[in-house]
Amino acid sequence: MALLQISEPGQSPEPHRHRIAVGIDLGTTNSLVAAVRNGIAVVLNDHDGHALLPSIVRYLRDGRTVVGREAEADLARDPRNTIVSVKRFMGRGLKDVTHAENSPYDFLDSPGMVQIRTVTGVKSPVEVSAEILKALRARAEETLFGKSGGELAGAVITVPAYFDDAQRQATKDAGKLAGLNVLRLLNEPTAAAIAYGLDNAAEGIYAVYDLGGGTFDISILKLSKGVFEVMATNGDAALGGDDFDQRLFCWVVERAKLAPLSPEDTRLLLTKSRAAKEFLTANAEARVSATLASGETVDVTVTQKEFQDMTRPLVAKTLGPTRKALRDARLEWDEVKGVVMVGGATRMPHVQQAVAELFGQAPLNNLDPDKVVALGAAIQANVLAGNKASGDDWLLLDVIPLSLGIETMGGLAEKVIPRNSTIPVARAQEFTTYKDGQTAMSLHVVQGERELVSDCRSLARFELRGIPPLVAGSARIRVTFQVDADGLLSVSAREATTGVEAAIAVKPSYGLDDEQITQMLRDSFDHAKEDVHLRALKEQQVEGGRMLEATEAALREDADLLSAEESAALRSELEALRKTLSCTDHRTIKSGIERVNRASEAFAGRRMDRSIKRALAGRKVESL
Amino acid sequence: MSVDLNQNHFELFGLPARFAVDAAALEARYHELQREVHPDRFAAAPDAERRVSMQLATRVNEAYQTLKLPLKRAVYILHLRGVDPELETNTAMPTEFLMEQMGWRERIEADSERPEALLQLRAGLRDESRKIYATLHGQLDAGRDDQAASQTTRMLMFYEKLAEEIDDKLAEIET
Repeated sequence: MALLQISEPGQSPEPHRHRIAVGIDLGTTNSLVAAVRNGIAVVLNDHDGHALLPSIVRYLRDGRTVVGREAEADLARDPRNTIVSVKRFMGRGLKDVTHAENSPYDFLDSPGMVQIRTVTGVKSPVEVSAEILKALRARAEETLFGKSGGELAGAVITVPAYFDDAQRQATKDAGKLAGLNVLRLLNEPTAAAIAYGLDNAAEGIYAVYDLGGGTFDISILKLSKGVFEVMATNGDAALGGDDFDQRLFCWVVERAKLAPLSPEDTRLLLTKSRAAKEFLTANAEARVSATLASGETVDVTVTQKEFQDMTRPLVAKTLGPTRKALRDARLEWDEVKGVVMVGGATRMPHVQQAVAELFGQAPLNNLDPDKVVALGAAIQANVLAGNKASGDDWLLLDVIPLSLGIETMGGLAEKVIPRNSTIPVARAQEFTTYKDGQTAMSLHVVQGERELVSDCRSLARFELRGIPPLVAGSARIRVTFQVDADGLLSVSAREATTGVEAAIAVKPSYGLDDEQITQMLRDSFDHAKEDVHLRALKEQQVEGGRMLEATEAALREDADLLSAEESAALRSELEALRKTLSCTDHRTIKSGIERVNRASEAFAGRRMDRSIKRALAGRKVESL
Repeated sequence: MSVDLNQNHFELFGLPARFAVDAAALEARYHELQREVHPDRFAAAPDAERRVSMQLATRVNEAYQTLKLPLKRAVYILHLRGVDPELETNTAMPTEFLMEQMGWRERIEADSERPEALLQLRAGLRDESRKIYATLHGQLDAGRDDQAASQTTRMLMFYEKLAEEIDDKLAEIET
């Protein structure tokens, strides 16, 4: 029986509005959405009871877009317009795309990110991913709110831990494009660790080995008293189950002595190869049989041993990053208490065996490797949306996977923030001019571990102008890198010797800029005949309401931090904001929100200060 | 902003400014502070609080890294005392030490293809570093000889660079 809650006299309980946020695993092969319902994280199924949504998007001649199983059904019939494994193209140029030659797509190499020509026009991987996210969002809204309608408070979207800044930015943009309030980008292995750790009350050092459809991650975490601290991460953002399919496909083509194949036949055989791979997990041999468009039949049998031998080099490619991660964490093998297996590709017996041999212990398989990431993301989303329950007092400390740096003379990369730094992190470095009288400086931001800039990923280029003309080497240009809790970077630069200041914020050249996203959103709404203004208004109303609620709660708690004057000023801004909420222009509400923001800045700072002092005193906030 | 950014890292963590730190207490404080300021705690908060949260969480992370890593911690203590250990500029090291460094380098080169041997060298370096920590504890906490500590800190930097080199070689072999 549920216990009734009775509040203390004079203290009416907060009218607690439960804000529902979801966790989304945007996978290479399959995607899932999960939410916390009645205190338990559950994966949300579609009408037919399927949890997994195949990450497949088909663009049709009539302008329609279909996603998931329906798109999958036409995969071999319309391979050019049916996009699979789009995650592999996120934030990537054409030269980074592996197996591009085996791919049926009509790629367009555009600056920043590769694009795909389809029957309904050129699509960027961000747009394709947004279609998958929209489908999941619709599924979630229907399941959670039914016909009553309702809006998600936000979503946590997972990304491979080894995704670089461009890939993360692209993922966040896809979320925005799908109309989601992206609360956080969460690393996949970390999401799995949350789900595993909370479920098993685990304490100690754990490794999460995550081999998905297209990406490999290894993360080493320390779990202690509700803190999940990532100590190191490594991986390969272009290695996954897809590559095993590809290897088997090539073997079949060779074995059956097939002539070069059409895109349709390629897709057909790839799908058959994947089915054979899955069958071989529990069986000694599998048949790959198909009838090609020409009428020619293929019928090849592959044994488990043959499959394992041909794909062993792929398994071996995961072991190097694993060793590196453990070294970066400054740990020895025997200090690892358990190895959590995540991702469908870890079902393959020879992957299990290789991991067991490396760590000297049997890996942990007690969680569904397909679902654990989405479940962890849902748990995080629930907390981020502000639904704190007892037992939710855990904390996540994650890291950036790759070093961030800047190009210096001679094409060398100078590291500014080293890999495996706990985020958020900021670091400043001083640079100087090369020539007498130099008044501008070109800054090139890169990510990666290699010494040469040409071997690293280029993230952004920008110019700092207005440097006072001085003798070479005497200007002091301070470049500051800030990485936020999503692992996203912003860079600013400032010249300081003469007091002349110039600063610029950078947005990576990969991904889309805000204007492009706004335009795309507008286009998609036009398409859906939804009113852009109405939507913007609704968004600002929600945001304004949230702002009022949060600031008023803060005032109730810490009003003593403000002088009577300050308090009156803030309250009057709050009143002004309250009045704007009923108006019909979203810009008025927005400016009201901004005014409250400015008016509460000092207050926010003092509240933080108080929190820190409380933490230092080692006392819980509740006990004060 | 009203948060006292003039607090030094030790003050922020409520720990004495010494080279010998209680690792468990440092970590416990770190977790307590992050529980208060981490952006995940403010995901649903207004912009102003979110911004402050990111700045403070960044500050706490930086302080923790500085106090946790022995080389950074030693440099930081010297910095607080107004002493510059001249890590990048002072190359006047004792001849005996430099000879020893050359010896290490030769061994790393000779074993650059053999991971087992490299791992052994790495373990050897770890032992050397431990000895240096003990020396630094004496020079910074007990005897208070900042000049001697500066040179010891420079030595520690040499050892850390060697360890990095070994890690790079191991990474090369593995890829």
